[in-house]
Amino acid sequence: MTDRTAVVVGGNRIPFARAHTAYRRATNVDMLTAAIDGLAARYGLAGHRVGEVVGGAVLKHSRDFNLTREAVLGSSLDAHTPACDVQQACATGLEATIYIANKIRLGQIDDGIAGGADSVSDAPMAVSDGLRRALITANAAKTLPARLKALSAIRPADLVPDPPGITEPRTGLSMGEHQALTTTRWGITRQAQDELALASHLNLARAWADGFFDDLVTPYLGVTKDQGVRADSTLEKLGALKPVFGRGEGATMTAGNSTGFFDGASVAYLADADYATEHHLPALARVVDVEVAASDYTLGGEDLLLAPTYAIARLLARQGLSWQDFDYYEIHEAFAATVLSTLQALGDETYCRERLGLDSALGEIDRSKLNVNGSSLAAGHPFAATGGRIVPTLAKLLHQRGTVDGRPARGLVSICAAGGQGAVAILEAC
Amino acid sequence: MARRLDPVELLATSSVGKAIARSSVGRSVATRMGVPPADELRRGITRPVGKIALTEMGESDLVGATLSLLDIDPVLPIIDTPSARMPGENGRSVPPVYESRLGALVIDLSGLRSFSGTELLRGVLRPAMKGLERSGRVIFVAREPESYTDLEPRILAQGLDGLNRTVAKELRGGATSNLIWVKESTTPQALASTLKFLLEGRSAYVDGQSWRVGEAEVPLEAVRSTHPYHGRIVAVTGAARGIGAAIAHTFARDGAIVVCIDMPTSGESLAKVANEIHGTALQLDITVADAGERIAAHVAGRYGEDARLYGIVHNAGITRDRMLANLDEKAWAAVIEVNLMAQLRINEALLDGRPGGLADGGSIVGISSTSGIAGNKGQANYALTKAAIVGLVRAQAPVLGERGITINAVGPGFIETDMTNAIPYLQRVVFSRSNSLSQGGKPVDVAETIAYLADPASAAVSGQVVRVCGQALVGQ
Repeated sequence: MTDRTAVVVGGNRIPFARAHTAYRRATNVDMLTAAIDGLAARYGLAGHRVGEVVGGAVLKHSRDFNLTREAVLGSSLDAHTPACDVQQACATGLEATIYIANKIRLGQIDDGIAGGADSVSDAPMAVSDGLRRALITANAAKTLPARLKALSAIRPADLVPDPPGITEPRTGLSMGEHQALTTTRWGITRQAQDELALASHLNLARAWADGFFDDLVTPYLGVTKDQGVRADSTLEKLGALKPVFGRGEGATMTAGNSTGFFDGASVAYLADADYATEHHLPALARVVDVEVAASDYTLGGEDLLLAPTYAIARLLARQGLSWQDFDYYEIHEAFAATVLSTLQALGDETYCRERLGLDSALGEIDRSKLNVNGSSLAAGHPFAATGGRIVPTLAKLLHQRGTVDGRPARGLVSICAAGGQGAVAILEAC
Repeated sequence: MARRLDPVELLATSSVGKAIARSSVGRSVATRMGVPPADELRRGITRPVGKIALTEMGESDLVGATLSLLDIDPVLPIIDTPSARMPGENGRSVPPVYESRLGALVIDLSGLRSFSGTELLRGVLRPAMKGLERSGRVIFVAREPESYTDLEPRILAQGLDGLNRTVAKELRGGATSNLIWVKESTTPQALASTLKFLLEGRSAYVDGQSWRVGEAEVPLEAVRSTHPYHGRIVAVTGAARGIGAAIAHTFARDGAIVVCIDMPTSGESLAKVANEIHGTALQLDITVADAGERIAAHVAGRYGEDARLYGIVHNAGITRDRMLANLDEKAWAAVIEVNLMAQLRINEALLDGRPGGLADGGSIVGISSTSGIAGNKGQANYALTKAAIVGLVRAQAPVLGERGITINAVGPGFIETDMTNAIPYLQRVVFSRSNSLSQGGKPVDVAETIAYLADPASAAVSGQVVRVCGQALVGQ
């Protein structure tokens, strides 16, 4: 049992669309179903009972408590395929991948699908606590007077709907505002952020033009390509945008170097290595190890979005690897500044000693190995769908690369998430 | 006698009529003027309801033995002779009639060598013309002209082509007539798939055509199989919609594992088709230089290193219609690239013995077109490529025959698809009715013909172009 290997067979996603555009009428269930169906078509899984499907959404309607199972039932997979929902903010897709990989390695399943969907266009809108309590009390009341009394408690202010939260409940700050603090703390310049954003667009545009996504993406509702990617982006255009987060000197974060709101869904297909061979499924990369971490950003004064640095430090130690031992780095671009401050923190002696408990800094990496086919700034970031975008992309890159200096090509995925969390995984080419 | 023009057709061919035809009012008027409903054709794996009559004017029992392989017990036809006629009203004599509707008349002409012998042919055809059931069949089986050295049998064999086409035009009620030329060496097993196809509803929209069945070893199991493609992998390009989707579905019905190929931008509908038939989808632009290699890699990757394609259907095609006076180099090149060059490159890669390539004993089917065979205004580029497909299958058949691979093409006429639905209503009515069956064909009609041509039991059919056009008024 212990020698079982979980491999990434491939993946599928729908092109990511700007919120309130092409997918505005699509639900999370619709989009996740489409992502699963495109995967099924690619690998001939129609009618096949998959070991388990796991996925989730960040902006999730309460009626979608069985989001993933509903998507499975609406897909061409065998209806006997079980499913489970997970939710870990923007790390949902990667956490789902970890769940499936672990079950495969434990011998509990032979194959599984991990993914997620998110729609800003179809976001749930809650009623206020006042209205909700009144309605629940009225519903429970046994007599008409009691019911009327309960309803009479409703005040005009209670009728204002409660949109999904975009702020951290414990700090009252939005994610952008948190990152702005981090950006200032680490002295990340506007120029550096814009350069990273530009690279993301140009890399993603090149990958699309090369047909890299031909076997990773299936069009949906007439959208055939990620809507966010701008092949004609330039530093001048990015430099002309007004800052949206931060104040004064620290106001460096713009709509160009921060991710916008997107709708989309993605899935990764994983299998036991032997199972993949027996069933003529390609093995692109194996899941070597994973680590999830959190930062104490409330009372501890740590950075909300630098939790992955803790995960990276622990993972490298466990695997006996150095920060420079990777051929590809896939660091989720929540904001350009997130990636840059992560890299800066890992190269900082004080941070690595005091926060990560290391003897010295992890050092610098070769930036040409970072997000080589673009990332969230260009592709867009439908929260729970980002893990399922990155994992198959990295697996394909590693498989294409094959070996480096006689060892399998190695890559790292890092995704930061709300709540001061971060998930990291190491993959190696098959 | 002039062909009867229906009012809609008159309206649509005058210049005023054309203007009206494009308006919604015109459409509604035309509908009310009443387009006679077309005969519902018998389709699918269905045989005629009525009896199947066999006329043997043969030297061998080729056709009789073939029918027997198909478990068909034929009856004798009614023959019109002066002595068989009954006196009727007005002193005219009435030819003999079938008591119940005849399902099909199959005529074995392999022994017919002189025009004096054709009187019997007239004698069996006359009662059948009115005696056939709806979607009934007339099937001529004759020796190919080249098999005779004497002049009279040779020109007679050629003459049958005109007779067949005329019978097809005169038949009513969705009945069809087709002519099969055989070799002296053609065996019942080699002929069986063709007779089966022609008798069944699968050939619904094939009318007035003639093609050849040669020789090949065909095992009895292949003839009798209900799922001839069981365990075989077939690739279909342009599979996301229309005719391509119908082809994929038809092969899947007959047991094939279908690799559905289409442009990455058509991926959503492609995935739907692939999932419906439990096949796989390959998002691929067939014009990329390594398209053939990628198809083979998909087959080897998904179905194992030892897996081979049994067949490929080159259905993907585009039109860039312009009158030559307006045709630029882009529209010219795009059509040639997609409709022809991509196909040639893919075949070359699949035939070089690589894993996932085309197996010996497999088959290739291309798509020609009425436009290619007859020419069509505004389709110079398209017609060039579609006629070239005819040249391709003729040239390649003997070469590939050495590996037991067949190569054929179909020539669709007016087929009702999303593409043809975009044609203005009245023009569409005229186009769709300009054939002997007075209706447009369905995508499945093309698909069925392709599945017949690629069938392992059709190993003796190669280098042929079978039109699926309801005997369109244009072209051969």
